[in-house]
Amino acid sequence: MYDGGKIITGLIIGLGLLFSPFIYNAGKTAKPPEPVLTKKAKQAKECVAPKTFMKEWHMQLLDKWRSEVVRDNKRYYRPRDLASKMTLDQDIMDQWRYFVSTGKRHYIPADDKIYKKSLEETCFDCHSNKSKFCDECHNYMGVKPYCWDCHIVPKEPKEKE
Amino acid sequence: MAIDRREFLKIAGASAVLALGGKEVVDILVPGEVEASMKELPIGQGKRWAMVVDTTKMDSNLINKCREVCHHIHNVPDLDSPKEEIKWIWEDDYEHTFPDQENEYVAEKIEKGVFPLLCNQCTNPPCCRVCPTQATWQREDGIVLIDEHRCIGCRFCMAACPYGSRSFNWGDPRRVMTDDRLKKLNPDFPTNADYPTRTKGVVEKCTFCEERLAEGKIPACVEAADKIRKGALVFGDLADPQSEVRKVLRERYSIRRKPELGTGPNIFYTI
Amino acid sequence: MLEAAFKGTKKYWSWLIFLLAIIGVAFACYIYQFQEGLRITGMSRDVSWGFYIAQFTYLVGVAASGVMVALPYYIHDYKAFGRITVLGEFLAIAAVVMCLLFIFVDLGNPVRIMNVIMYPTPHSILFWDMIVLNVYLILNVLVGWNVLSAESKGVHYAKWVKVLAYVSIPWAFSIHTVTAFLYAGLPGRHFWLSAIMAARFLSSAFCSGPALLILICLIVRKVSKFDPGKEQIRTLAGIVAYAMLINVFFYLLEVFTVFYSQIPEGMHPYIYLFKGLEGHGIMVPWMWTATFFAVLSLILLVVPATRRNEETLVVACVSVIIATWIDKGLSLLIGGFTPNPFNRVTEYWPTKPEFMIALGVYAVGALILTVLFKIAIAVKEEVRG
Repeated sequence: MYDGGKIITGLIIGLGLLFSPFIYNAGKTAKPPEPVLTKKAKQAKECVAPKTFMKEWHMQLLDKWRSEVVRDNKRYYRPRDLASKMTLDQDIMDQWRYFVSTGKRHYIPADDKIYKKSLEETCFDCHSNKSKFCDECHNYMGVKPYCWDCHIVPKEPKEKE
Repeated sequence: MAIDRREFLKIAGASAVLALGGKEVVDILVPGEVEASMKELPIGQGKRWAMVVDTTKMDSNLINKCREVCHHIHNVPDLDSPKEEIKWIWEDDYEHTFPDQENEYVAEKIEKGVFPLLCNQCTNPPCCRVCPTQATWQREDGIVLIDEHRCIGCRFCMAACPYGSRSFNWGDPRRVMTDDRLKKLNPDFPTNADYPTRTKGVVEKCTFCEERLAEGKIPACVEAADKIRKGALVFGDLADPQSEVRKVLRERYSIRRKPELGTGPNIFYTI
Repeated sequence: MLEAAFKGTKKYWSWLIFLLAIIGVAFACYIYQFQEGLRITGMSRDVSWGFYIAQFTYLVGVAASGVMVALPYYIHDYKAFGRITVLGEFLAIAAVVMCLLFIFVDLGNPVRIMNVIMYPTPHSILFWDMIVLNVYLILNVLVGWNVLSAESKGVHYAKWVKVLAYVSIPWAFSIHTVTAFLYAGLPGRHFWLSAIMAARFLSSAFCSGPALLILICLIVRKVSKFDPGKEQIRTLAGIVAYAMLINVFFYLLEVFTVFYSQIPEGMHPYIYLFKGLEGHGIMVPWMWTATFFAVLSLILLVVPATRRNEETLVVACVSVIIATWIDKGLSLLIGGFTPNPFNRVTEYWPTKPEFMIALGVYAVGALILTVLFKIAIAVKEEVRG
């Protein structure tokens, strides 16, 4: 091989650098995320949408809420509407996402609740333990939502349990 | 075509509902949107919001109180720097509030008077015309808003505004929490945990307290001014002939800042 | 053709390394700006656009000036310019890249730059500016590269290249008109609110760009075996002369309207720039320097003897560039924001990091220009033996 020595040395260094994170972590396992529900969250039994839906699509839901609140001044959300006949494209997306995540066609929430579309006021009302709930999965996945650059993290109450 | 009872009831119901309020009610019935039925207060559904400033009732103490309240509930930092300052409502004298009203012999009371300045929430806003991402846009009820999630910080809107109403976050506003000198000026920052701060690199301005309007409350500055002197600031819907603002404007002569530019400012100063 | 950029003399490589050093330092300054925000610049609540946007405005002019070489050649069949159309196009490429970089470094939230494409806004001139600038860049890259490539192979360029070359001619006018529209439609800024802005921008572009091209061509003649040609330089000088005359004339037209009408809002910016206002006068020496160089350039350009003499022509071109740069790259922005909407003066001057970042962008442009010209010269040297 012409210049064989240089090529092989280069390959070893290059591949070494490429695989260095895996080599460094070989044999170790990362601790799987264990999000903790607050007392209030457990009592509520159901989120604004089913768990499987929220687990996968909470960011899309929040993104939609953001546009609707900020740009359209439509500040309230009714989960029952996820089931009824949709005319807006975005709600069809939600329906599809619900179907994909649960296998069911229609989501009929137990009661006809109305929520304010607000991460701080609605979501954090139940999930007030960001560091033990949201951050668990986010840190595991290496995700850093930049919402908190502007939006203020509600202070976590001291949990008695 | 025969029509059965079910059809008849559906049509009757729909007609009654439409007759009651047209678009607003349709919005209520459209799946997902129930704001109007939630908070049915008259202030919630305006068409052209405006504010009337009674300049005879203005003084530094009142304007300062308005500024304090506004900046408090909106987490506006005190940066103690004319270069980087952020202000949503502030005070200035006649000569600089109305520089187009060149008048060497203006009445003494006016010459020595103070005026509150804020975004004029123009009917024909040049800032919205120039924004390349529609990050600033005019809502149906006339309020000029800024979508802080979309703003790229190009500051074209600041160049376009003839009134200097807009402030830019030249740095991270939250640095007042860590900077030694600024910490003393902003001891409780952020002062309102229910409202976001902004980030560096975006433009901000007075929003006519749209988050309060959504709950049926009047802007904070109007509320604060009213406590000090009744009628100092009047807020309302110009599209409603019976509103307070329309009443005041019918009775008192008012001027606006740079009206010849065609922006249609909605802050009226009665003199 | 690209390999020509990698073969060069010691001087060539030292120049490139020098530019890369500047770019490195400027990049570090930009990281500082990215972290701290634009507060590290001299811009303020009152003067919210500054050095970066001013350089962008000046360089759009330089970019548009490529048309002053292309137009006579493609439309009027002025064969002599056939030698240097590629040089004009390559200068335009470097200039447009610098323009885009200046916009990028000026943004408060550059990571959101795709918003301009994701949320198209036809009523915003900035939207159209983005479109016309990027298309112009693509046009110049396609035409310049293909024409040069054909020349190196000794064949005529393909027909579609000519079509694009024809498109690029009105397009060049459009990029600077759209940039002028950024300023000329703002109701609150009387310094800019004038119908003649676009015309002034174009005339200023058509003297500063070709002046720069003349200087670069003379350097090319010195450092390489390729001679852009005496006739070509003479014609370019004539273009610079006419354009500078029109440019100064248009400026005086503005001055007349402002001062004969005696409207304060119109006069204040000019008084601030040329005399000082409310005790602030940082721009005054600059404006009179610009005036001096403008007059000097006009004399040297109008008098045939000094225009034809390449040594005095160099002085003339440098004077044009100084005068137009101070006018467009400094006073245009500052004058627009001073006094502020409340009739107060907030002075602006670029800070050191701001200047360094700007220098870095210029260095990037110089780097692109050097590499592209190296390639072009290599081809032309080879073709002419």
